[in-house]
Amino acid sequence: MAMEMRLPKVRKPLSETLGRDSKKHLVVPGDTITTDTGFMRGHGTYMGEEKLIASVAGSVERVNKLICVKALKTRYNGEVGDIVVGRITERRRSAEDELAMRGFLQEGDLISAEVQAVFSDGAVSLHTRSLKYGKLGQGVLVQVSPSLVKRQKTHFHDLPCGASVILGNNGFIWIYPTPEHKDEDGGGFVANLEPVSLGDREVISRLRNCVVLLVTQRMMLYDTSILYCYEASLPHQIKDILKPEIMEEIVLETRQRLLEQEG
Amino acid sequence: MAGLELLSDQGYRIDGRRAGELRKIQARMGVFAQADGSAYIEQGNTKALAVVYGPHEIRGSRSRALPDRALVNCQYSSATFSTGERKRRPHGDRKSCEMGLQLRQTFEAAILTKLHPRSQIDIYVQVLQADGGTYAACVNAATLAVMDAGIPMRDFVCACSAGFVDGTALADLSHVEEAAGGPQLALALLPASGQIALLEMDARLHEDHLEQVLEAAAQAARDVHTLLDQVVRQHVQEASILLGD
Repeated sequence: MAMEMRLPKVRKPLSETLGRDSKKHLVVPGDTITTDTGFMRGHGTYMGEEKLIASVAGSVERVNKLICVKALKTRYNGEVGDIVVGRITERRRSAEDELAMRGFLQEGDLISAEVQAVFSDGAVSLHTRSLKYGKLGQGVLVQVSPSLVKRQKTHFHDLPCGASVILGNNGFIWIYPTPEHKDEDGGGFVANLEPVSLGDREVISRLRNCVVLLVTQRMMLYDTSILYCYEASLPHQIKDILKPEIMEEIVLETRQRLLEQEG
Repeated sequence: MAGLELLSDQGYRIDGRRAGELRKIQARMGVFAQADGSAYIEQGNTKALAVVYGPHEIRGSRSRALPDRALVNCQYSSATFSTGERKRRPHGDRKSCEMGLQLRQTFEAAILTKLHPRSQIDIYVQVLQADGGTYAACVNAATLAVMDAGIPMRDFVCACSAGFVDGTALADLSHVEEAAGGPQLALALLPASGQIALLEMDARLHEDHLEQVLEAAAQAARDVHTLLDQVVRQHVQEASILLGD
């Protein structure tokens, strides 16, 4: 079995290599954001003695009259319309439930769903009322921080490299082989337990390593960034992608391409 | 012990500090990727590590869930190699339980628990090397870890210990100064408002001296705040540069 060992090395702060300066208004808990009472307070702030005070460490975001502080790392806050990927851990045990659902969804299954409603204590109600949601078959799950998943129009992407990905707003990323037959009327879940081909599996492993790389470098996850990262990683072997020197190389190239695309 | 002078005539302590001077503090946030929040702090030779998980669903009995706020659960543990003599029980002994309760009291005052009803926030603190001021180091490390996890807090919680020798209040006691047997006070402060989260003293001190010692501890806590504030700002700055616009 091949083993690799490294000696400890002083890490350079990553921001040095970028050389950029952040123009955002950064706050820490206890900082006064503003004393103007005309603003509505959003997440990450609280009212104290006629002042708006930050309650998390992050950057201040202002949308018209709403001020909120976006923290670096947050627990997922559900919003109506979000796509989530999750695993069933527990279910209600009632008679109708037994008859109806047990046949389809069991404890331990991975599903994709949409948020229908949010309760006042933070609990969310999910629905799978569309053929694109439902039970997930073979694939790879990557758990990342929810704050790194970019909000887009759609979270289901079929990447040109040969695999598909679901970017759950709750930070659960599901990478799976693109289904060959897209039946419009058939739909529903067909348990496909056939072994996935080696080529597909390699694409999926590479994508998974790319997602992990983007997360360690704290870059936002969306279809373009994942695709560019995948293409930048092609010259290297899949198992080398997560080595520090190679990570730096790949991420630099990815950032460059993303900047060119924006500008 | 003969010749152990805690405060010399020129005003120097055993390790060369002045009466109100703090030990060197170094801290870092986000040391563990797996935990929701983590931090490491060194105050002189005292080293503490804090890890935060949460907010998440209540583990164990659902009946403990509070309907309107989050439950804060703190556990204090000191490594067997942390003190001069090897400790037998790292956690579960009286001192650890008491420290856990004190930390819980401190953080229930600072964390905005009303925002996460029916959930639980776990704070685990581990002391790797104990050279006095362990409660203070734990509180400081836990504050950074809670901020790293993105859990909303009223303000920083900064803590420091203080003692009283020869009519002078000393701030940030080391193990030798604590072991000398004088009165010691531990103070946890919310710096922006000046409110006290926890004040603990387990010795005899004349009431005339209390204000002086309290003020020394409060000033030291404010100094700690200046340092921790810098650490957090730098961390946020770096992360926001990486995330881009």
